[in-house]
Amino acid sequence: MMLSSKGLNLTDKVALVTGSTKGIGYSIAEKLGESGAHILLNGRDQQVTDSVVNVLTDKGVSCEALAFDVSDSASVKAAFNIIFKKFKRLDILVNNAGIMEDALIGMVTGKQIDDTFSTNVFGTLYCSQYGARLMARSGGSIINISSIIGQNGNAGQAVYSSSKAAVIGLTKSLSKELAANNIRVNTVAPGYIETELTSSLTEEVKQERLAAIKMNHAGTPEDVANVVLFLASDLSSYMTGQVLGVDGGMTI
Amino acid sequence: MDNTEKLKSIFASSLGIDESLVVDDLSYGTISQWDSVAHMSLIADIEDAFEAMLDTDDIIDMSSFAKVKEILGKYDVIF
Repeated sequence: MMLSSKGLNLTDKVALVTGSTKGIGYSIAEKLGESGAHILLNGRDQQVTDSVVNVLTDKGVSCEALAFDVSDSASVKAAFNIIFKKFKRLDILVNNAGIMEDALIGMVTGKQIDDTFSTNVFGTLYCSQYGARLMARSGGSIINISSIIGQNGNAGQAVYSSSKAAVIGLTKSLSKELAANNIRVNTVAPGYIETELTSSLTEEVKQERLAAIKMNHAGTPEDVANVVLFLASDLSSYMTGQVLGVDGGMTI
Repeated sequence: MDNTEKLKSIFASSLGIDESLVVDDLSYGTISQWDSVAHMSLIADIEDAFEAMLDTDDIIDMSSFAKVKEILGKYDVIF
């Protein structure tokens, strides 16, 4: 797809999208790639990541695999070392990798808390830390993926919502800290988007969610990717510290 | 230019100070030009010049010109 707006052109930009082998992350990687960015595609599994690189390459996207686990600080460090050696820069970082497990507060396990925060919060922190260092050279855009649940909360999602609320706090602090280095930091807060992540929800919960959406239908990964593209591009060059909802008017 | 001269030049241009001020005792936070924001840019310039991505702990420990030289030794930069 050719984009008519000059400000959306990401040619010569290097973009890392975490958790981009499927779902919203994949759609974001595809969208940024279509706009000219060189995509560093990330997943935990090397083979899976390689196969998705092949799919995107066939679609004309310039990309390569960078498989690592965002929740493992040593792996993150090694991955950013590769980016440093190869590109000496990073222009766009999308902290998308995330997990969601629902449970009532009395039934939440310690492992669930550890796993959720390790990926959703610590992973975002680790990648932002190294990403900001690479971006200090010539500026950049960090886009964190939160959730409407992180803004409003939801029964049965105390762990997930608190992890996604942390992402918003992180965004606001980093936006203030990194503005002097011309690094913008924003968050996208999707509503109910149909992906593998939401496929585990019961039919009853799905109907409940749909009933809460003013637009009467679920969002798509591309709906989120379009907003991420805007935040990655120069069209949002004077925006930082913002949380943009992509939720079809959903109320919780 | 040896590595000490190279590092001095990086400090001077990155912090916007005269090279004569770049001595072993020059310490983080003791001059207005070397604040936390400038530290990030300084680290980026050092990394680019010596082709090494530094560990976070090392960045935190880089509290003086002398300390930077010492830490860069871990990355095979000889002074």
